Amino acid sequence: MMLSEQQQVDMFWYMLLARRLDERAWILHRQGKIAFHISGIGQEAAQVGAAFAVRKGEDWVVPYYRDLALMLYLGYTPREFMLSLMGKREEPSSGGRQMPSHWSLRRANVVSHSAPVATQTPHAVGIALAITMRREDKVVLTTIGEGATSQGEWYEAVNWAAIHRLPVIFMVENNHYAISEPIEKQMAVEGAAAKACGLGLEGIAVDGTDALAVYDVVARAVEKARRGEGPTLIEARMYRLTPHSSDDDDRSYRSRDEVEAHKRRDPLLRMRQHLEAQGWLGAERLQALEAEIKALVDAAVNEATQAPYPAPEEAAGPLFCSEVTHA
Amino acid sequence: MPEMTLVEAIRQAMDEEMARDERVFIVGEDVGKRGGVFRATLGLYEKYGPERVIDSPLAEASIVGVGIGAALYGMRPICEIQFADFIFPAFNQIVNEAARMCYRSNGEWCVPLVIRAPYGGGIGGGLYHSQSVEAFFAHVPGLKVVIPSNPYDAKGLLKSAVRDPNPVLFLEPKKGYRLLRGEVPTEDYVVPIGPARVTRPGRDISLFAYGMMHYYALQAAEMVAAEGIEVEVVDLRTLAPVDRTTILESVRKTGKALIVHEDNLTGGYGAEIAALIAEEAFEALDAPVRRLCGPDVPGVPFSHPMQDWFMPNAPKIAAALRALAAY
Repeated sequence: MMLSEQQQVDMFWYMLLARRLDERAWILHRQGKIAFHISGIGQEAAQVGAAFAVRKGEDWVVPYYRDLALMLYLGYTPREFMLSLMGKREEPSSGGRQMPSHWSLRRANVVSHSAPVATQTPHAVGIALAITMRREDKVVLTTIGEGATSQGEWYEAVNWAAIHRLPVIFMVENNHYAISEPIEKQMAVEGAAAKACGLGLEGIAVDGTDALAVYDVVARAVEKARRGEGPTLIEARMYRLTPHSSDDDDRSYRSRDEVEAHKRRDPLLRMRQHLEAQGWLGAERLQALEAEIKALVDAAVNEATQAPYPAPEEAAGPLFCSEVTHA
Repeated sequence: MPEMTLVEAIRQAMDEEMARDERVFIVGEDVGKRGGVFRATLGLYEKYGPERVIDSPLAEASIVGVGIGAALYGMRPICEIQFADFIFPAFNQIVNEAARMCYRSNGEWCVPLVIRAPYGGGIGGGLYHSQSVEAFFAHVPGLKVVIPSNPYDAKGLLKSAVRDPNPVLFLEPKKGYRLLRGEVPTEDYVVPIGPARVTRPGRDISLFAYGMMHYYALQAAEMVAAEGIEVEVVDLRTLAPVDRTTILESVRKTGKALIVHEDNLTGGYGAEIAALIAEEAFEALDAPVRRLCGPDVPGVPFSHPMQDWFMPNAPKIAAALRALAAY
């Protein structure tokens, strides 16, 4: 499943868009213009690689809070991201109820998730169960951090999917830190992929800084799931290049040398060098992409800044739905 | 109209809803071939097959979490928690996920889910097969909590729960599964979620109860009627949303209120009814609001003398009614 030149440049474009939006969020936070940001910097390659492997708008995606690049590919807009950061009314995930980056986008089959980790994994399995009951050939992609694979609900859900051979791809974005805790404090095995053998499904570790490698692995898992051959656990290994969130100070638990070493393996750099080596991305084209993205980010910030906040009394609801309008 | 037991009415409701709507399915521990440990799903596995009557892994969080996922996809799951005492591993999924989904997604996602759980003591079940859990859940906005006291209501309320676009916790008084009998129409009907019912009119004291305690409340009302005390018995039926109108109308008529539940006193559901009466009908009261509840001990003991000490029953309720009448 080779991706064309255009597709690979598109991959880079989404990675770059996510990166520039994410960087702008940090700036807005330092300027006191937003209250909170949780970053996906360093994780864009795996997210975009996986995203390109699903059928956009048809397959279902159950993400976690670092998945900005994944969300952008699925149709979440820069403006919507900025609305979310600012808690504005038109923010589509929650109308300003949830903290930023707690995704939900019904038009893209992206299910709302909360903040307690691994709560979304059983939902992904339930969606896959329903897909199977309806004899459809859709699949579910669900993501999670490696720390969250310590949760009982994660094991329960993966176990269930394995028993019933459900069409789910469990992608662990192993960025090596759960806030301050390194992976050695989360698991005795080398990585989350090793957990698969105890649960009865295929487990694959892949270099999560290599978008094309992740795409290959996820695309094969998707095809397997579509054939009715069950779930796959994929661990994409990467590194969280920023603090956990805007409220965290990572200098208290990891050295600058360590972070700098990983910055030299930045997934964006890797993709850019690959495209350059192919002759698909010269300095001029890169400059054009950067300019295009900067304009998008600027416009998003401006529009979101001018957008209205929710009225205070909108906080009173909705408690209940009057009818089920989805699916 | 045939007479049937509570558990038969519950089974018939599920059977009819599964026949009416192919999106309805059952999931839980031992619900398949075994037909449930209380036989609530007896025969449904044979009738609807293993795809719609699913024996789950022994893991309550995923029973509810997978149910939520399927509901998000548009299915209508009925999740069975084998005993209410075992519901706490699923507490996070019920409270943080199912109940908050509509609000947190600003109405984009709803969770049409029923969670059935047998609750209550007096059956020799000890600490972990006797609990009443309603107060934990009635506290949570976004969740409906229903407790039937008789077969007719059980069938009609469960059908309403299955058709409701929101999550409903359906607590079944397990001691009454075969003890509570009554006439139940074989045709389709629903009992709406919300309204309480005055099951015995009276002018002296309002007696509020639900589930198994309602059965004893009627017996106690009969006992004191011979002594000239006319008790109005109100079956709450739905704890969330609660029927404030019927409660307040009754208290304004009688001027005295006794609330009975087998859950322990402190922070129990009776406190909410007492607070409602104090806030809204203070001027109508001729006596302090009284509560007759399980004692504040960590559970219902197994040994019969101690279990009897714990459980409210008709003579205890009658004694409380006499004391209140004499005030």
